[in-house]
Amino acid sequence: MLQVNFISHPKRRRRHGRSRHHLLSELPIGEEAIVERVELHGPAGRRLMELGFLPGNRVTASGRAPGGDPLIFGVDGALVALRRETAACLTVRRETPGSD
Amino acid sequence: MSGCDACPSNPLRTGKLVAPARRTVAIVGPPNSGKSTLFNALTGLRQKVANFPGVTVEHRIGRAHLDGDQEVDLIDLPGVYSLSPISEDEQVTHDVLTGAMAGIGRPDAILLVIDSTNLARQFTLAAPVLSLGIPTMVLLNLADELRRRGGVLDTEALAQQIGAPVALVSAARGEGLEAVHEFLTGALAVPRPLELPVVQDLPCCREWAGRVGERASYRAPAPPMWTRRLDGLFLHPVGGPLTLAAMMVLVFQAIFSWAQPLIGAVQWAIESSGNWLGSALPDTALRSLLLEGIWGGVGTVLTFLPQILILFLFITILEDSGYMSRAALIADRTMAKVGLQGKSFIPLLSAHACAVPAILATRTIENRRDRIATILIMPFMTCSARLPVYTLVIAAFLPERPLIGPLLGTRAAALMGLYLLGYLAAFTTARLLKSSVLRSEPTPFVLELPPYRLPTLKTVLLTLWDRARVFLYRAGTIILLATIILWGLAHLPLQDGKAPPLEQSVAGTLGRTIEPLIEPLGFNWKIGVGLISSLAAREVIVSTLGTLYGIEGDPESEGLQAALQRELSLGGAVALLVFFAFAMQCMSTVATVRRETGGWRWPLYQFAYMSALAYFGALAANHLVRLVVG
Repeated sequence: MLQVNFISHPKRRRRHGRSRHHLLSELPIGEEAIVERVELHGPAGRRLMELGFLPGNRVTASGRAPGGDPLIFGVDGALVALRRETAACLTVRRETPGSD
Repeated sequence: MSGCDACPSNPLRTGKLVAPARRTVAIVGPPNSGKSTLFNALTGLRQKVANFPGVTVEHRIGRAHLDGDQEVDLIDLPGVYSLSPISEDEQVTHDVLTGAMAGIGRPDAILLVIDSTNLARQFTLAAPVLSLGIPTMVLLNLADELRRRGGVLDTEALAQQIGAPVALVSAARGEGLEAVHEFLTGALAVPRPLELPVVQDLPCCREWAGRVGERASYRAPAPPMWTRRLDGLFLHPVGGPLTLAAMMVLVFQAIFSWAQPLIGAVQWAIESSGNWLGSALPDTALRSLLLEGIWGGVGTVLTFLPQILILFLFITILEDSGYMSRAALIADRTMAKVGLQGKSFIPLLSAHACAVPAILATRTIENRRDRIATILIMPFMTCSARLPVYTLVIAAFLPERPLIGPLLGTRAAALMGLYLLGYLAAFTTARLLKSSVLRSEPTPFVLELPPYRLPTLKTVLLTLWDRARVFLYRAGTIILLATIILWGLAHLPLQDGKAPPLEQSVAGTLGRTIEPLIEPLGFNWKIGVGLISSLAAREVIVSTLGTLYGIEGDPESEGLQAALQRELSLGGAVALLVFFAFAMQCMSTVATVRRETGGWRWPLYQFAYMSALAYFGALAANHLVRLVVG
């Protein structure tokens, strides 16, 4: 529920900014975070894990496609592109809490 | 993850490679780690390689010659992230490794190719591969790049930990391959393994890989600076799409202007050799076959070789540089609108060369309905066989004028328009399919973006050489055969021992039979003969028209372009282009679609749909042009 609020209400996001849990899709470009949960099941979830989106692993938001979607993440020294909706299935923990 | 420490060790059944008559060695590794490059380096073959994941989708077998007259059969396999396959190309690798692939036994040994610049992730695959119990050598590829970017690794320590020989190699430069030869001849001692994780659990394998890397003092290389800089440009909100558009303009302009001197040279060579042959031979049927049939037909097709090579030069640079994945990324939003995903875009781009390998390349698409939709729209992509037809008709009917200074001329713009017409048809069709019979839940889009790499001159030249050979082979087989048959049909039945007038020949009768059907499109019976013959291959229409006009007139005084101007109205010319943009005149594509979709249902629908679209599209084009031009 909290996660939906992140997307639709920017103001409330700031209020919850102190909470260190974010959706991967909300990670600002250039910032690092640790993967907490992958809420995507079946083959797609496994593929994400195979590419390094594993709980405890570090990811960096490195950029985005010209249209703003898909998003590009640095993980394990490689670049992987995910659509925003897919990235929203992952929760991450920011290293420095409340820095946005 | 504390449970990982409790992972029971899985002792590896090691042993010397026993030496039967010929052993098979499978090359396994994650996508884009350089397996095919290694395969090529060891076998001397030229399996297609490029810088994006998913280039190899089938297994290929090649023979490597070792010291002392030994030989092994190497099996190049599609890249996998794990041994649990999701897509069809990954299934191939799984089947070969488990011995389930018909005709190939379980491999005797494995070469595991890992991208050394990205050990933590790539090495995760080592856990399930090593626990297969097949003697394995780990090759840490791209050693040159690792070094250049300041990464280090202790291969001895790594080998000690995993109980398998390890070597740093650079398959592209041929570095470190002696160790591979030694392993293959069975000379390398195989140390005992220490521990291996439980295979099913991915996080476990991953942690194991990280730990093993740490103990081997792995220092990850610095991030590739050039990749960051180039992505800053190519994925810039404004600069990115602009660069993509500029590159397209450059390709089309190059096809028309850069190719001109080369085309002139090829034309001159064919014409002068034809003239010489004409004066040297007595006036017999053989002379007529050689001049009208082969020189007039096959020779005309050959003049398009320079343009096709320029197209392939660009495709190769796109594929080898790493830009391909970025193009797929930029296209993803458009693809999402028609119900497909960016991953479909990579096969669609390679279809500009030829639809057949592109249809095979769709094996990387996990969702079956997405895959079939991509296969069904594939023949709308302008393949290189359409290029001779397009450039011939455009050059005959459109005078060259600069549009944007010297950057873009009218002819290049028209050619670009035809490519865009192909995209339009493809995307509209995809939209229709994905919102009806092939509707499916959107599959998550996950695409790895490889670092940019400078294409080596050697790979580029070898690719061009291979493409030239394919083109010449086609010209010497299918096009030659079609031309000879056509020449025969144009000279039969004999009247008083002499060839009949062209209109009364078998070819002429055939053309005249379908003439009522194609007349509304603005085509005469000769174009009709060309359309029938182009069912063999698209470019055969060019050789057919070359032969027909050669029989009719004096080929030296009147080129094919002039003949077309006389035979076709402007409406008919545009209709011909539209017809070729939409029609599925390629039997190899039909056969490939049948094989890949597992039956005749889809290729038959596809053929009928595309033919109808071609016919009515051409009809509309002819009437529209006539309405406008009057």
